Amino acid sequence: MTGRSLFEKVWDLHVVRDEPGEPTLLYIDLHLVHEVTSPQAFEGLRLAGRDVRRPDLTVATMDHNVPTLPGPVTDPMAKAQLDALRANCEAFGVELHGTGSGSEGIVHVIGPELGLTQPGKTIVCGDSHTSTHGAFGALAFGIGTSEVEHVLATQTLNQQRPKTMLLEFQGDLPPGLTAKDMILGAIGQVGVDGGVGYVVEYAGEAIQALSMEQRMTICNMTIEWGARAGLIAPDETTFAYLEGRPHAPQADDWSRAVTEWRQLASDPDATYDTHVVVDVTGLAPQVTWGTNPGMVVPVTSAVPDPNSFSGGDDRDAAERAITYMGLRAGQPIEEIAVDRVFIGSCTNSRIEDLRAAAEIVRGKTIDPRVTALVVPGSAQVRRQAESEGLDQIFLDAGFEWRLAGCSMCLGMNPDVLAPGERCASTSNRNFEGRQGRGGRTHLVSPQMAAAAALHGHFVDVRALTAEPVAS
Amino acid sequence: MKAFSEVSARVAVLDRPDVDTDQIIPKQFLKRIERTGYGQYAFFDWRFDEDGNERPGFELNQPQFAGARILLAGRNFGCGSSREHAAWALQDAGFDVVIAPSFGDIFRSNAAKVGMVIVQLPEDQVKELMESVDLDRGSDLTVDLEALTVTTLEGKVFPFAFDASTQYRLLNGLDDIDLTLTHETEITAYETSRATR
Repeated sequence: MTGRSLFEKVWDLHVVRDEPGEPTLLYIDLHLVHEVTSPQAFEGLRLAGRDVRRPDLTVATMDHNVPTLPGPVTDPMAKAQLDALRANCEAFGVELHGTGSGSEGIVHVIGPELGLTQPGKTIVCGDSHTSTHGAFGALAFGIGTSEVEHVLATQTLNQQRPKTMLLEFQGDLPPGLTAKDMILGAIGQVGVDGGVGYVVEYAGEAIQALSMEQRMTICNMTIEWGARAGLIAPDETTFAYLEGRPHAPQADDWSRAVTEWRQLASDPDATYDTHVVVDVTGLAPQVTWGTNPGMVVPVTSAVPDPNSFSGGDDRDAAERAITYMGLRAGQPIEEIAVDRVFIGSCTNSRIEDLRAAAEIVRGKTIDPRVTALVVPGSAQVRRQAESEGLDQIFLDAGFEWRLAGCSMCLGMNPDVLAPGERCASTSNRNFEGRQGRGGRTHLVSPQMAAAAALHGHFVDVRALTAEPVAS
Repeated sequence: MKAFSEVSARVAVLDRPDVDTDQIIPKQFLKRIERTGYGQYAFFDWRFDEDGNERPGFELNQPQFAGARILLAGRNFGCGSSREHAAWALQDAGFDVVIAPSFGDIFRSNAAKVGMVIVQLPEDQVKELMESVDLDRGSDLTVDLEALTVTTLEGKVFPFAFDASTQYRLLNGLDDIDLTLTHETEITAYETSRATR
């Protein structure tokens, strides 16, 4: 018998039913719910007279719509959606980490933080960035509202077995670079549709060297190159992160769990349908210039010439993107001025992200032309950051320090770009209008976003970190 | 869910790669808690300018595509966000079928759940179909879910592959949850075995 990959082991553990010619019926261990993609699913249950099969495996939070300034929700539609979630959770007995509870936050930040996210679990949520939880060696993927209803009613999903890919990051990550640069660089290499139809396992020494938070950044952006789920083998880093968290196994259960989790790593002779190698040795900080995450170049480079693309479709897409973004071919990235800086989102709003950004801005002030926001991913991250004094560093530098939520990642709450505004953003999508109609998004790491806030344009963060630190 | 068998209808062409679901249904419309009525918002920011006027340059505003029920699109259609609102919007705007060289995985799954037919054809065949469309007067195509074919008015036939279980469900208009609940005993058995392991 040939060895099995991490994905195959997790998949096999969750097969309820497997008949030839039919999709596999897969058991779901954890169903995360938020206000935007769930109301129609709960309504569907009600209309069919069905119940939530396993409320104990279902956890809800409020994140997409919530304002990040204190005060009531003034948008009546947002309020109706948040009220609907609260009412649905009460009616169906689902645990809710609502605004003001102290445990609220972006669904992909609180799952790991509460220890709900664990190796070997199947995890779904009506949100494409559910891939984030794969950082723990869980099989985690985003689903639509019909599937949300299906999981609520049956705790299972019908799934076609996906193809498998190993994406190996080779070499050591150079100083000043982050997981965000690794994944943006990889997407630039494989393209935004390079992963369609695959579940990917991220491996290599550069992955093993990453903290859990950085691993989450990598897995978070899996969907940005088309793969529905991305996994990283659990190891000592994973176990150290999880130990003692509220929903993690305790006492004897803990050591039993760790023993099981150690078995999940891919066998040495496991095989994959595709194997991709990304060399990180020569990687430079990445900045997107276009309207999808694959339109990305090193900060030391320039906006590409559409004629440099071989296919007609790609050339047309590049031209449309450059027009939308208000750039010109050949424009050096470091000459692009920004109006706004957003540090937050399920990609980069965890405590380490905030520490890294704070380190860049400590003792400095942002460019007066820039408006800059820091939005912690959860209420707990916010408390932790405040206990470390990070909030004061940001406030002293001229940043706004906000309450937890999805904020400006997707413009479903008051935090939006005005038409034509340009933003250095630590989020995951630079689609047209994503952060507000007519807004222009450049995806970067937290350090690069912080540096852009100080200078009013993109700068190579490696040049800053090389400066001697004033004592 | 309504059963689907065959559609012969006007086709619209959106020849752009990587059309993401943020474009298909922009975020400002995701705050609604209903499942219907999203058609008027489909491609909203591409269809209308800031003052609410139709942009004549946008493909789907062109008169020869009016009333289209089949959409011919570029590769990686429906990438990005998992919002099922994208499928609801396309369906409510009149589209029963999308034909493209590839699709975002979550969009493909969502569309099938709501009863749309997602046809994947090789890129050169999609281009050929796009080129066959009369851009002055518009053209029709026939998509047959039973025979798994796309047929042009001239009678050229493009067979496509399709998941057999999804085909069965769509042809018969079956509800996915009802089908799964016929395996209730197996689900309970699985839960019992996991609890005691």
